[in-house]
Amino acid sequence: MSVTLSVNGKKRTAPGASATTPLLYVLRNDFELNAAKYGCGAAQCGACTVLVDGRAVRSCVTPAADVLKGEIVTLEGLGTPDQLHALQKAFIEEQAAQCGYCSAGMIMSAKALLDVTPNPTDVDIHEALAGNLCRCGTHNRIVRAVKRAARELA
Amino acid sequence: MNRAVSSSPSRRRFLKSGAAFSVAFTLAPVIEPAAQQSARASLPGSLQNNRMLSGWLSINADGTVTVFTGKVELGQGITTALAQIVADELDIDLKRIEMVSGDTARTPNEGVTAGSLSIQDSGTALRFACAEVRDLLFQAAATKLGVRTAALSVEDGAVSNPAGARATYWELVNDGMLKREATGAGRPKEPARHKVIGRDIKRRDIPAKVTGGAAYVQDMRLPGMVFGRVVRPPSPRARLLSLDEAAARRLPGVVAVLRDGSFVAVAALREEQAIAAAQALRKAAKWEEKPDLPPSDASLFAHMKTQRSLDSTVSDKVNATAAATGVKTLEAEYTRPFQSHGSIGPSCAVAQFTDGKLRVWSHSQGVFGLRADLSKAMKLQLADIIVSHREGAGCYGHNGADDVALDAALLARAAPGKPVKLQWMREDEFGWEPYGSAMAMKMRASLDAQGKIVDWQHELWSHTHSTRPYDPDGCNLLAAWHLQDPQKPGPARNIPQPAGGSDRNAIPLYDFPQQKVINHLLPDMPVRVSALRTLGAYANVFALESFIDELAVAAGADPVEFRIRHLSDPRARAVIEAAAAKAGWKSNAKGDGQRGWGIGFSKYKNLAVYCAVAAEVSVDAKSGDVRVLRAFAAADAGLIINPDGFRNQIEGGIIQSASWTLREAVKFDRTRITTRGWADYPILRFGDIPAVDVTLINKPEERPLGVGEGSQGPAVAAIANAFFNATGKRIRDLPLTPERVKTVLNK
Repeated sequence: MSVTLSVNGKKRTAPGASATTPLLYVLRNDFELNAAKYGCGAAQCGACTVLVDGRAVRSCVTPAADVLKGEIVTLEGLGTPDQLHALQKAFIEEQAAQCGYCSAGMIMSAKALLDVTPNPTDVDIHEALAGNLCRCGTHNRIVRAVKRAARELA
Repeated sequence: MNRAVSSSPSRRRFLKSGAAFSVAFTLAPVIEPAAQQSARASLPGSLQNNRMLSGWLSINADGTVTVFTGKVELGQGITTALAQIVADELDIDLKRIEMVSGDTARTPNEGVTAGSLSIQDSGTALRFACAEVRDLLFQAAATKLGVRTAALSVEDGAVSNPAGARATYWELVNDGMLKREATGAGRPKEPARHKVIGRDIKRRDIPAKVTGGAAYVQDMRLPGMVFGRVVRPPSPRARLLSLDEAAARRLPGVVAVLRDGSFVAVAALREEQAIAAAQALRKAAKWEEKPDLPPSDASLFAHMKTQRSLDSTVSDKVNATAAATGVKTLEAEYTRPFQSHGSIGPSCAVAQFTDGKLRVWSHSQGVFGLRADLSKAMKLQLADIIVSHREGAGCYGHNGADDVALDAALLARAAPGKPVKLQWMREDEFGWEPYGSAMAMKMRASLDAQGKIVDWQHELWSHTHSTRPYDPDGCNLLAAWHLQDPQKPGPARNIPQPAGGSDRNAIPLYDFPQQKVINHLLPDMPVRVSALRTLGAYANVFALESFIDELAVAAGADPVEFRIRHLSDPRARAVIEAAAAKAGWKSNAKGDGQRGWGIGFSKYKNLAVYCAVAAEVSVDAKSGDVRVLRAFAAADAGLIINPDGFRNQIEGGIIQSASWTLREAVKFDRTRITTRGWADYPILRFGDIPAVDVTLINKPEERPLGVGEGSQGPAVAAIANAFFNATGKRIRDLPLTPERVKTVLNK
C-alpha cells in the first residue's frame, strides 16, 4: 500500500496512503505540505484547493487514485518566503487576509484563473473564486491582490 | 528548543521539532490573592493584574526583545499592533521583536482575547511597561556614559551621549533589572514622537500564511502523533444507549477508541483512518433523543417570551414633564435568529498526556480559562496542565476552539504519551459550536410636536452571550457534560453594563430625556449559545438604529439630520457626518423602488470605536434578492496604532455583517440541529460583496479604542434602513431572505 504522486515537480511516495486516501491528507500528512486546508470535506468551501494539470481541484474530495498521472501544484510550489510568486507577493502587499485560513485556496484558484486569463476583470475574478469562502470579509482585498499580481505578471 | 513563539521563524522550527515536554511546569504564574493586590497602586491596562516588568518583556543579550502578551492572534493583527507599540516605546527596530502570546507557562494572564479590548488591555500595559523599562535602561546608560539621562539619545536600542559614546540595551540590561513591579511612573511617548505607531506596518503573520508555513494548530506535527476524531450525539441532549465498538476497533490504523458516558472519540495512525473509524462508530451507536428544541420558525420569538427570565432594568431615566409633551408614539418589534460563527477551518487542538501531565496546543481565545476548565473536566491540578496558543481559522467569538481541546485531551489520556491532533469535521462545528443567541427587541418611543424624541423604551429577550470557560460555578466545555461522571455547565450570566452582554449597545447614545431599557435574560438554553462577535450589540443596534429611522420618517426628518439632532457627543456626530459626506448623502432623498440608501451608527459597547456606515442596496422585487452595492464607513478609535489593520477590521466587519443580515440563520427541527454544512448555511460569496470605503478619523490625543467589532451593528442598520429607503417597506426580522422580502413587498 503506497501512493506515488508528482507534486510541485517532484515524484514523491506516500508509503502509508492508499488509492482512496483523499489527496488533501496525502499532501498534508504524508508530504507535510501545510497550505491546503481541511475546511468542509465536501468541496463547498475551497480551502483545500490545489492545481492538478493546471486546473483548480478540491483535494478533500479527490482520491489519490484519481491524480496518479497528474501534475499536482500546491501553494508551496508557487514560491517561497524568499522567492515569492507574484500572487503571494500581492497578497502581502494588499494585506489580503485576516485569519488567512482560506488564503492558500484563494491563491490557487487565482493561479488557475491567471494562467488562462492573464488580464481578468472583476467579474472574472468573482467567478473564479465563487467556490472559495472567506469569512473574515477580506474579499475586496483579495480581488485587488489578484489584479495586482496580474499586472505584475503581464 | 522549547520556545512557544508566535509569528517568527523559530516557531516553524518548533512546530517541526516539537520538544513538547521540555517546558518546565513550575513556570506557571502564581495568581496573587486579591487582597494583596488591592493594597497597591492602580496600574494601567493589564499591568494591574500582571505587575512584574519581566512578565511582559525580556531584553536579550543577543539583541532581541521578547514580548509576552496574554492576548492572542485571531487574524486581527494584534501581535503586529502590539509589536508596533513596543518598537516605539523602546526605540527599537520591529525586526528585533519576538512575540510570545497566550501561554499558561510563559505569558501574563489577560483573560480572553475578546471584546475589542486587546489594545486597551495589553497595548496599554505594554506602553507603560516599555516606558518604564526604557527609563531603567536610560538610568543604567547615564551611569555608564557619565551624563544625565536627559542628555542621552537612542536609536534602535543604542543609547549615546552627546560625545558619541554608546551603550546598547543588550549590554546595559542585567538579570535583575526587569525583575521588579511596575510603578506606573513610566510616561509613554507623546503621539508626535511616534515613528511606528500610526503606520501601516505589514502583518507579521501573513507571509507564513501565503507560503504554506506552519501557521496554524492544524499544521502542527509532533513525533509519533496520531489523529483523532470525535463522534458527537445526533442531537443536543441525546444519550448514548449502546455502542458496539468491535467493528471500529478492527479497522486499519485504529489505536484507541474512547467511550466515556455519551462521549465517544477515536484515534488512528492516519487522519482518513480516524475519519473512517468515527463513521463506523457512528453507525454502531444507539442514542436516546428527545424533541426538546424550541420552534425554529417565526414562532420562536413568541416562544422565547414565554420562557423563564431574569429581568433587569439597565437604564431608567425619568422625566415625566418631557415625556408628557409626546404627541406621536411608535412601537415596533425586531428579531434576529440564532447565527453561527462559521469559521472556515473547523476547530482543532493537539494534546499530549504523559506521566499525569497534560500539554495542549489550542486556538482558544483564553488559554488560562481553558486550562481551568480542563482541570475540572479531567480532574487534574492546574499545575499539571500547560496550554499554549496556536492560531486557528478566524473564530469571531466563542466557537468550538475550547471544546475540541478537551476532546483531544481526553483522547490523549486514552493513548498515553502520544500526541493527538483532533480536528472537528464541518458538521461537528456547525452542529455543536455555541451560536449567537436569537433575540427579540421591542421598541416604543414618543415624538414631541417639534420632532424630538421625548421618551424611549427598549425591551429585549435573549439568552446569554457568554458561556466561555473560566466560570467559577461550572465547566463550560462540551465533552465535560457528556462524560459518565459529568460536569455541569456554568449558570447563565450576563456581562454587566457598561459593556453589557445581551443588552450590549441597548442603551442609546442619543440624548433622550426619558428612557428605559429592560433586559429579559432567558437562563435556560435549549440551543447552545455564547459569544458571537459583538454579542447582543448587532441585534440591539439593528433595532435601535432601525427604530430611529422609523421615528425620523414619522417626524418627516432626514435620517442623518434626525440623528445629529439627538446627539451631543461631537465624536459621534463627526463619524455620522463623515460617512454621509463620503457617500454623497442627499437629504430626504427617496429610493426608486429598486435602490436606496441607509445609515447606521454606534459607539461599540458605548465604550469603544465610534463608527457610522452608509450603505446602498438594490432590491429585486421579483426574485426578492437584496444586494448591498456600496458601503461608506467612518470610524474614530482615538489614537490609531495601525491604520490598515483598523481599516481591515471595519471592512471585514461590514462584509460579515452584510452576510449575517442577508443570509444567515441556523436551522433546526424540534430534535436536531439541521445546519450541517455550507449548503445549509449560505454566506456571502465574491459576487455578492459590496464595495467598501473606510474613512479613519485619527485622534492621537485620545486613548486608543478597540475596533474589532465596531462596524457590524452600524452595517446591519444601514442595510435595513436602505431597504426601507428603496422600497418604502420595513423589514424587522433578520435575515432579509428572498421569501421574507417578497412577503413584505407584497403586503
